[in-house]
Order: sequence, then C-alpha cells, then structure tokens
Amino acid sequence: MLLDVPVSATDVVVLGGGVIGAACAWRLARRGLRVILVDPAPGSGASGAAAGMLAPVSEVQPGEEPLLRLGCHAAQGYPDFVRELERVSGVVTGYRRCGTLAVALTADDRARLAENRRLQAGLGLTVEALTGRRCRDLEPMLDPGVSAGTLIPDDHQVDPRRLLEALRIAATAAGVVTVQGSGTPERVDEALAGVRLDSGTLVRAPRVVLATGAWSRSVVPAVRPVKGQILRLRMPAGEHVLRRTVRAVVHGRDVYLVPRENGELVVGATSEDVGLDQRVTAGAVHDLLRDAQALVPAVSELELTGTTARCRPGTPDNLPLIGPSVVPGLTLATGHHRNGVLLCAVTADAVAAALIDGEVPEGPVRACDPRRPGPARSADIVTTGRDTAAAATAGRR
Amino acid sequence: MTSASLIGTPVPELPGEPLRIAGQAFTSRLVMGTGGAGNLNILESALRASGTQLTTVAMRRIDPAAGGGLIDVLNRVGVQVLPNTAGCRTAREALLTARLARELLGTSWVKLEVVADDDTLLPDAGELLDAAGQLVDDGFTVLAYTNDDPVLALRLENAGCAAVMPLGAPIGTGLGVLNPHNIALIAQRASVPIILDAGVGTASDAALAMELGCDGVLLATAVTRAQDPARMAVAMRLAVQAGHAARLAGRIPKRERALASSTPVGLAEFGDRS
Repeated sequence: MLLDVPVSATDVVVLGGGVIGAACAWRLARRGLRVILVDPAPGSGASGAAAGMLAPVSEVQPGEEPLLRLGCHAAQGYPDFVRELERVSGVVTGYRRCGTLAVALTADDRARLAENRRLQAGLGLTVEALTGRRCRDLEPMLDPGVSAGTLIPDDHQVDPRRLLEALRIAATAAGVVTVQGSGTPERVDEALAGVRLDSGTLVRAPRVVLATGAWSRSVVPAVRPVKGQILRLRMPAGEHVLRRTVRAVVHGRDVYLVPRENGELVVGATSEDVGLDQRVTAGAVHDLLRDAQALVPAVSELELTGTTARCRPGTPDNLPLIGPSVVPGLTLATGHHRNGVLLCAVTADAVAAALIDGEVPEGPVRACDPRRPGPARSADIVTTGRDTAAAATAGRR
Repeated sequence: MTSASLIGTPVPELPGEPLRIAGQAFTSRLVMGTGGAGNLNILESALRASGTQLTTVAMRRIDPAAGGGLIDVLNRVGVQVLPNTAGCRTAREALLTARLARELLGTSWVKLEVVADDDTLLPDAGELLDAAGQLVDDGFTVLAYTNDDPVLALRLENAGCAAVMPLGAPIGTGLGVLNPHNIALIAQRASVPIILDAGVGTASDAALAMELGCDGVLLATAVTRAQDPARMAVAMRLAVQAGHAARLAGRIPKRERALASSTPVGLAEFGDRS
C-alpha cells in the first residue's frame, strides 16, 4: 500500500490514529501539508473507550491549575470546532451542552463534594450548590438518598466514537493518507528520517507527530499507561433515565454516568497503574455497577451492552506533552490522560502552528511544552536509528 | 518561612536511636503510603519533603514491571519500597499477593493488610493472624496492620511479626487516635516496634501517637489529599520528631490546680497589700 504514496511527497507522518492523531492529521492537511497517518487499528485505543465528558471544572484537582486553564480554553472552543467538523464530515458528533450534576449520598461524600466546590468556586469557576431535593427535581431517577449536589453548567459531553469517525472522514477529505501499521520515529545522523514501520519499510518525512497515546511510552518514557474500565448500557427507547452527566463519589470511589441522545448510558471508570493491560476484570464491572446503582437504582433494569478496558496515556504532572521535542522534527501530541477528547482540537491547532508557523501559540497550551522541567524528565526521547544510540537524552536538569 | 523555603530546607533528624525493624535502622520514624495523590509529581515532592525512608505500595494497584509509574518515583526518591496486601480479604489472597511482591520487587518485607469489608476497612482478626503465621513461616518480614487491640497485637508479635501496626482510626478517616489508652498499652507491652498506622488527620495526631510510645507513624491520605501535600509532609515529619522527643524527654505530671513556674519571692509589690 505504501507504493501508492510517492515517498518524496510526504511532509509529515502522524503516528497514531486516535482522536489526537486524527485531529492533528486533519488540521495539518487542511493547512496544506501532505500527511500520512500510521496506525495498526485506528480508534482501537483509549479514544474508542472514552466516555466523552468535556469536564475541566468537574475534574479539577488542587495544584493542577495549568491543566484547568487548558481544559476551560478547549471547552470554550468546542462548539466552533464541532460545528466545522460536522459540516466538513457530515457526521453528527453527539456534542450536547447538557451540563453536569455532581451528587453525594453520605455525609462523608457530601463533605468531599463541598470541599471540591470550595476549590472550584475559589478558582472562579461557575458551580451551584444544590439540596438533595433540587438534585432530584433535575434528575428524578436519582436515589432518594442523594442528599446534596453541585450543578456544573459548563461541563458538557460528546460521543467520542462519532467524533473519531468525523475526524477520520474530515482528514481523508483533506487529503490524509492512512497506512495500517505500527512504526517508530527514526533518526539518521541526528536528523529525523521518518518513521520505520514494523514491516521494515521506512516512510520518509522530515517531520513526525507522535500521537500514540499509552503506546507513546516506547518513545517517550515519561508517559505511562493508566488503565480505565468502562461499561455501556442501553436505556429503553424514549425513556431517558438521566438527562445530563451525573457523577459522584460513592464511599470514596469516583463514578460517572453519561447519557447519550441515542439511548446509550456510559458508566465509568477505573484508574489503574497496571501497565498496558486491556483485560476487563470482574471486580471493576461489579464495583462500577454497584456504585452506579447506588446513585440510580433503575440502572439494574438496563441492558448491559459492553465492557471495555483501555489505557490512557498518563504523565507525571497530568499535563499532556504538546509541541516540539528535543529531537528536531519530532513533535509530541501525547500524554492526554483523561482529557484526550476534550483537548484534541487545541492540541491539533498547537501542533499545526508548531510545524507550520514555527511555534506553539501564546496561551495555556504552552504549559504542555514537552521540554518542561520535571522530576521524570519528560524531555527524554527514544528513537531508532542506524548510527545513533537507541536512547538519546537531552534537556536533563 | 514560606512553604517553598521550608520544604527546601533539610530538617535535621534529632539525635537519638534510629527506628530498628528486623535489624534494619531507619533515622526517619515516618513511614509513608502512596495512595491518594493527584499526580506523580505531587507525590514525589511530598515524599521528599517528608524525609521518609520507607514507603508502602499496594501490590494490587500497580505493575512494578510497567515502568514510568510509582516504582520509578520511589526509586528516584531513594526510599525502600514496602509492598502491602491492601484489598485482600482472605489469608490466602494475602499470601499470594506477598509472594507476587517478593518475586516482582525482590523484597521479603511485606505490610500485611487483611480487611473485612469495604465500608470500615477494619482488619479481620482471624484472617490476619492466620496470614501472619503463614507469611512468617514462608520467610517474610511481616509488618502487620491491626486493630487497636492489645491482645491481638501481642498475638501478632508472638506469631513472629517484625512490627505491629495498630490503627489510630479507620483508614482514610483522619479521625486521629481514637483509643489512646489502648495504643499506649500496646506500645508498653511490645518488644517489637509499634507503628501507628491509619487515622492520622493532622500533625497533632502524629505527635500524640509518638507521645503515647509508638516507635513510628505510617500515614498517606493526611498528606496526599491535603491542599498542599508537600507542606503537610513537612508538618508530619516535624510532628513525629516532636512527639518522639517529648516522649523521651518525659512529660510533667498533670495537676488539678495551677502551679507557678517561678516562685513569688522577691517580686515588687504595688499599692497597699495590708
């Protein structure tokens, strides 16, 4: 299949065809570059499993303000991004401005919810404290034991599988050529030569974008897989159990329920540091269902249509790695952890600007510079090459 | 002093005997857990600030071979890894988990944790004692997480545990030392180190545990879920030192009535005192 592509005609190879890689490929092609996208099975990674919450406010953690600023910036731009993508691709992405309701059952969980709300309000985010009664006015199927809540009006959702389909159609329409396979960035005499496919073929290109998610670890050791398990249920036709995303801490465990317009209800998710493991475990399914049912008793009547385990790409500070790496020509677009779907457009715009304009634009995405200092030395890069050491390291503190 | 400068300044350990567990000496008497941190960088700075030399890790929640994760952080900080059996409900599971840890991490030390249910996370005394005996027979150095029960603590010691770790309060509650009398009794009667494990919410809880006679304190959530984990880690480090020093210094007896610290002889008198 490679023979169809004149090797001299490639400006950039994008490694990885999840939402990040597909968005980068689309944006780069739209700006006039000749793009090859390499992926053994596009959409088979974390993108296809994600719940699609666009929830920077719900997920804010103390000490992670740069990620919050980036997430809010991305959430604000989402309507324009989706409008353009849907127009170009003809695919409805399932973007819903439905807001999020965070609730608590017990006194302990209520205290944690209140603590989160103080953090959110202190950062100037829009959150509203609700009584249990008010929560159940908004979502009547909530368990009567729900005793308090926080309404987060700006955290919305999208359907990641449809989003990915739209991105791939848009990318193809813009001229992106997809090659099925796995590959590694290759250097010859310190210069980037392109991507060496597992089949042995070298796809020559002066620039490479790495967007292989949890599999980035083989090139960027700072990235680690964080396993997430997620369930899919089906709501009866015309009978929406929930209207908006509902999340909670149940006995200290995080759980969320994301209702889609097509009747799907997504329940997630675990977060496990167990390496590249895609096995669904009985305990995770049990815990997720038990906690979901504690919030919404009617969950027990729904059809369980699927269980999935995939790995998110984690980083030491939970911020992604976006922009030029220490290897000239190699741009990173990885490490998005729980936020790949939310951050795909801002990542793609930053990558396109870095490659074409020579720098990542001003703004919160600058915090994601892969060369930023950190204890885990995010800057370390491993490439293959004829006459270079396998591990090339620069930017050490 | 700002948080940054305090965290950046090495806090010297006070002179005194190190904590000895199974013949190994630790100058820091603060043992850290790793659960609950927002991200690995936050955890790393908290571990460094705590000055800990021994840090416990849930074997059921990590894959040591995966790399890039928790074990890398611990290696970088240079602390000894103490695998634990968190999540195990039966002696058999604990035994299998400990053996897996020994194989993967190359240590025969294990923090034994066998809990009865998810709601309380309280130790299951029967399974705990059973597992402790089997692990000791299998050559493990066992540090047993147990209830604040002086009878069970002695039983665990007699079963061959290298340290006994009674809880101050249930895991993650931050309720402090709920039964100081029992903790003091456990510490008095023990001939192995007693490390208060679980329940610490803030620095005074850790200091109290040491004043009661504990040889060390293990905590995680109190630091990792604090608003500023590294600053709280410093507080805990100082609290453990302060409590230990106070214990060694010998506190004054409590009295019902006030007693001036200096005598009134020689004080100037004002006005007519007749």
